[in-house]
Amino acid sequence: MHYFLAEVINGLQLGLVYALIALGYTMVYGIVKLINFAHGDVFMVGSFVGYFCFMAGVPWPVAVLAAMAVCATLGVVIEKIAYRPLRYAPKIAALISALGVSLFLEYFSSLKFIFGPDYRVVHSPLQAVNWNIGGVTVTNIQVMILAVVVVMFAGLQYLIHRTKVGTAMRAVSFDHDAARLMGINVDGVISITFAIATALAGAGGVLYAIAYPEIWTFMGIMPGLKAFTAAVLGGIGIIPGAVLGALIMGQVETMTAAFLSSTLRDAIAFGVLILVLLIRPSGILGKNRPEKV
Amino acid sequence: MKRKYNQTLVILIGAAVVYGLLKALILTGMIGDYWQLILDEALITTIGALGLSIIYGFNGQFSLGQAAFYGMGAYTAGAITKAYGHGNWVWFAGALIAGTLAGAVVSYLIGRPILRLRSDYLGIATLGFGIIVTVLLNNADKVIPILGGAIGMTGLRHMVGFDLLFLFTVGSIFVVRNFIQSSPGRAVVSIREDEIAADAMGIDTTRYKTMAFVLGGALSGLAGALYAHRYPYLNPSSFDWLQSVNFLLIVVLGGLGSITGTVVTAIGWVFLLEGLRFVLGQQFIDFRGVIYAVLLVVVILLRPQGLFGGKEIGFLRPPSVLKPALRPGKENSHAGIGG
Repeated sequence: MHYFLAEVINGLQLGLVYALIALGYTMVYGIVKLINFAHGDVFMVGSFVGYFCFMAGVPWPVAVLAAMAVCATLGVVIEKIAYRPLRYAPKIAALISALGVSLFLEYFSSLKFIFGPDYRVVHSPLQAVNWNIGGVTVTNIQVMILAVVVVMFAGLQYLIHRTKVGTAMRAVSFDHDAARLMGINVDGVISITFAIATALAGAGGVLYAIAYPEIWTFMGIMPGLKAFTAAVLGGIGIIPGAVLGALIMGQVETMTAAFLSSTLRDAIAFGVLILVLLIRPSGILGKNRPEKV
Repeated sequence: MKRKYNQTLVILIGAAVVYGLLKALILTGMIGDYWQLILDEALITTIGALGLSIIYGFNGQFSLGQAAFYGMGAYTAGAITKAYGHGNWVWFAGALIAGTLAGAVVSYLIGRPILRLRSDYLGIATLGFGIIVTVLLNNADKVIPILGGAIGMTGLRHMVGFDLLFLFTVGSIFVVRNFIQSSPGRAVVSIREDEIAADAMGIDTTRYKTMAFVLGGALSGLAGALYAHRYPYLNPSSFDWLQSVNFLLIVVLGGLGSITGTVVTAIGWVFLLEGLRFVLGQQFIDFRGVIYAVLLVVVILLRPQGLFGGKEIGFLRPPSVLKPALRPGKENSHAGIGG
């Protein structure tokens, strides 16, 4: 039983990191209907920013903020160069562009004078502390991740539902043209959405680097795909859905690794996704929109 | 509508001329061993990409897991030749058929349940399926040792050369063209244009979506079976998510709904990638991936509709009675293809 609870905690840790990436995926999809395949690689850049910050002896909250700033800038630039010109082209064109940006970030950062192609071990500034709560060990890293994710999620919910920018974002996501007619600066709102989404990925990157301290330039692919899967699982475009999907994804993955086989982890995780989609084609929290006739 | 000349004859002569030219270049040594390897790879990739072209280009069903069918074909055919064939040509023919069937059966089994999903959801489901297949191939040696698992499958025989590959490529182009211009083919295209309208016109959309999906899976399976007899070594990483992306790039960059585009882009893309290796040399080889990625973004920014944008050349051009149906759909601003 203690082993099981310990795994639940591990799954929670993984799920919370996925949640930060999934939130960005779901926001971008919600507003421009684009699967932003470059998102996982922005997450990777966030990890590297964290790595360099830790090398410079910067405390972790500052590293998280630095990674968020770098990634937000990167996200806005990517949107401007690679996605904006294709906004009214067939949707697949922007998706291909996103794949191109993803490959670019991976290969460019693998160059020797950028991050280099090798694995790097992160020297976390946090001394691991274990607390024993009712027989289950909880580390300070897990508590920190939980705190960061809760703060960011609460902030995001506030921003989207209680502020003017958030209202504009919801309006743009509902209908670009109508939003523009209401005087909303659609391009500006999309830029802000990308900035927030990629900033969350940057924060996720630093947390990931602390929790799983081995990073390299292609590390973004799998967490990126899984986080996107999580967002779809919860219902793409729905903010709480992304978190719910990510938590489920984290549990499924950790439980499979713990009780079945760690090599089958990915297969089971994606198998669950396909099953859920067959039962609820729009995800767990998604509304089944009636077909337009 | 009656044609002015016997088209089939003209095409066969045309194919023979192209074949003769390439063969002459190979025999005179103008195309060396290295480039012949690339040429063969280009032809195999063409057949595999034609499979996705049917599914996505003509039927509009977003598939991000085409490499799964490719891998299924390769492993099935490879295992048969390795276990029973040992270079026997009858077994070889059987292996090709089995590889094709493996692609068809697997695409049927997965297509039946998931084809009811729409656009991006279908894409994610196929993506997930592709990853599941890669994981299974990586662990296959635990059940069937000769499949080799993550280490890869060795001891395959080189039984396919340029001649056979050329034949199969031309054959595949014919199959796709004739299918698309046939009555079921038009039903398939109409689903891409507007699924609800097609349904309202009495087209059994599930049936035709499955048909296109299975045919596409079979073609990719055939490509995999050929691959297993061209290269001595199979590894799950050759059939993973990046390979699925590769097929998708080829089909989209060529222009959705264009056989010409798929064929030209598949060959061009493979040669470009290898050409880069050549041009950059050992010193700048690290830049290959960067240039590849930049090129991809630049091409799609300049030609969002793909290089051929749904147009065909020569004998692939549909007869004029079919033209309106075969023109790629007018895009509404947000939805577009796959929306």
